Amino acid sequence: MPYRSSLFGRTFAFKDVKEVLAKANERKSGDVLAGLAADSDLERVAAKDALSQMTLDVLRQNPVIPYEDDEVTRIGEDLLDEGAYGEIKAWTVAGLREWILGADTDGEDLRRVSGGLTAEMVAAVAKLMSNLDLAYAASKMEVTARCNTTIGARGTLASRLQPNHTTDSTEGIRASLLEGLSYGCGDALLGLNPVNDTAASLSETLKLLDDVKNRLEIPTQICALGHISTQMEAVRRGAPTDIIFQSIAGSEKGNRAFGFNADTVREAQSLLQGLKRGAGPNLLYFETGQGSELSSGSHSGADQVTMEARCYAFARAFKPFMVNTVVGFIGPEYLFDSSQVIRAGLEDHFMGKLSGLPMGCDCCYTNHMMADQNDVENLSLLLAAAHVNYIIGVPGGDDIMLNYQTNSYHDSAALREILRLRPLREFELWLEEWGILRDGRLSGRAGDPSIFIERLGG
Amino acid sequence: MISDMAGLEKTIAEVIKEYLSGGAAAWAGKNGRPAADAPDRGGAVLRDITGQAAREAEFVSGALDREAILAMKRRTSARIGIGRAGPRLLTQTMLTLRADHAAARDAVLKDVDPDMLRSLGFIELESRCADRQEFLTRPDLGRALSDGAVDALLEKCVPNPDIQVFVADGLSSSAVTANLPDLWPCLMDGLHEAGVKTGTPFFVRFGRVALMDQVSELLGAKAVCALIGERPGLSAAESLSAYVAYGAKTGMDESGRTVVSNIHGNGIPAVEAGAYLAELLQAVLRAKASGIAFRKDDGL
Repeated sequence: MPYRSSLFGRTFAFKDVKEVLAKANERKSGDVLAGLAADSDLERVAAKDALSQMTLDVLRQNPVIPYEDDEVTRIGEDLLDEGAYGEIKAWTVAGLREWILGADTDGEDLRRVSGGLTAEMVAAVAKLMSNLDLAYAASKMEVTARCNTTIGARGTLASRLQPNHTTDSTEGIRASLLEGLSYGCGDALLGLNPVNDTAASLSETLKLLDDVKNRLEIPTQICALGHISTQMEAVRRGAPTDIIFQSIAGSEKGNRAFGFNADTVREAQSLLQGLKRGAGPNLLYFETGQGSELSSGSHSGADQVTMEARCYAFARAFKPFMVNTVVGFIGPEYLFDSSQVIRAGLEDHFMGKLSGLPMGCDCCYTNHMMADQNDVENLSLLLAAAHVNYIIGVPGGDDIMLNYQTNSYHDSAALREILRLRPLREFELWLEEWGILRDGRLSGRAGDPSIFIERLGG
Repeated sequence: MISDMAGLEKTIAEVIKEYLSGGAAAWAGKNGRPAADAPDRGGAVLRDITGQAAREAEFVSGALDREAILAMKRRTSARIGIGRAGPRLLTQTMLTLRADHAAARDAVLKDVDPDMLRSLGFIELESRCADRQEFLTRPDLGRALSDGAVDALLEKCVPNPDIQVFVADGLSSSAVTANLPDLWPCLMDGLHEAGVKTGTPFFVRFGRVALMDQVSELLGAKAVCALIGERPGLSAAESLSAYVAYGAKTGMDESGRTVVSNIHGNGIPAVEAGAYLAELLQAVLRAKASGIAFRKDDGL
């Protein structure tokens, strides 16, 4: 059945739901590359208009990849809260948007309805939101999760400390780790991206992170972000970890390209539950990013915002501790410039939260994109105002291993001060003990990594 | 005049040496105040916030253990021990970061020096990308020559060479400008001394790696080697890579290519890379294979 819209007396027709969804996106270079984007700004608005009148049951009946063909579609569909869905299935997407934004709709209402929304519905409503809509709607949603500490409480902004090193040198990692702690980073996670994805190397990194965490008595969690199978192997060999990580995609084929499926994630989850290290119940960490499906040819002709929403439908089945989009990592062929990256960051955070996930964001860019450090700072300020659970912190904003830039260790402290936010409570008390933070602001010893040396024994 | 020049060079060299040996102390200006012991050279040598001494210094105000911070800095090239102005970066650190990013951006956005290409005798061709924006957003168009370039290639290039080496800007024109003048003569001398028949040298603007497959088919080359600028990082904006394929065909697997990466001043120096590639290419010809089918010890 075709979908139509008329603008300035001109009629636009779209052959199916998938085309309406794709053409309703704000302009993204990845959708252009895939040949899915609207041909003109007017056609884009026409698609949004057609989408606004679509009812939610139509979106449920038209997943962008059929149930029979795709595990991600099946997981989303099988876990849908039929009661919540029953309340809203006759709503239009416009109606859903205005209900979300409505003054009488609070976080509790959004949480209840969330279980009845499929990925396509979540993506559809994001496509009708302006940037401030996305920030405002997300700011209503408090999504907490607990591992050793609790993340996401209103009034907090956490950060993942990312002490990457070009050769995984434990001394080098430790140096960046201490620097980050001295700026009040690391309440979400002490999490390293390894160069060497071997169980032996991950074990060595995890032992270092665990040792620093124990000696300094830091209330947080640790993780070495290798491939999920390598992490499991390291854990089986006795490596200490609180959390297991995996990059995920919005299709079964995309996840296969990443080398895992839902069973792998279930296996990791039960391994951690048996380990009883991370207190839980939330023990997993996922990263996503618009365009990753197209880059592995697994997007099935669907646009990158809808594919991203499908990541969240998959993720929520596993009740993770943290999820973030690595929004500007993928390159200009998917997100061309700062305006596209900022838009995607706001979309992803909103869609993740609406899917019920404890959502953070890696506000980042590569050197071949039309973006710079100012844009990362802009996005993190917008997202912190929208109540993002956490951002990333690296030394001076420069990740020497992944060769991209994200927030500096300094940024979470500045954002907290501007917006009167605090670190996670247990971590804040720890920072106060060390004289790093006082009344929510960096104090005398902040920024001096040598304060930890004596306790660590050289 | 000439002797004056030599004298001046010597003086500058001495000043630089002395200046660098001042090391961390010369850079330890705090809280916006200029370092008290920064040498005044009357403008003979300007401070350079991207220099090694600036990167090795620590800037932590009132540090508990300055030596420990310097020791930590020796363990990583990450920007640590950089201090703060409130919860923000110090001015110098912020400007060093911006300078590194600017160098990386220039590498992506600027054109390769055309005079250098002409002096080395390169024919200049282009991919199907109309401009740099299209190059960055349409990798598919960067993997094929424009129609005009196909005609020019067939008209001007020697057919059926043993090895066709060509150059493309890729994501770093600076990598080509910086490395090609030293690399190219070494590579060509090495191949010609061994009696290898090389193709006509050409440069492709807005070109990507897989373009070598089309080149191989059009010219009937036994093997193709593409020298391409890599996506710049903040620490290395001038890194060149060489991709080698034997019997390259459109649609071939990436695993069929042998790659030599990290060709730059702090990696494999250009001269050394040229000599190494000459050996590698001969070994590829002997083995009649590249990529996973070619083992590095095959004749090397």
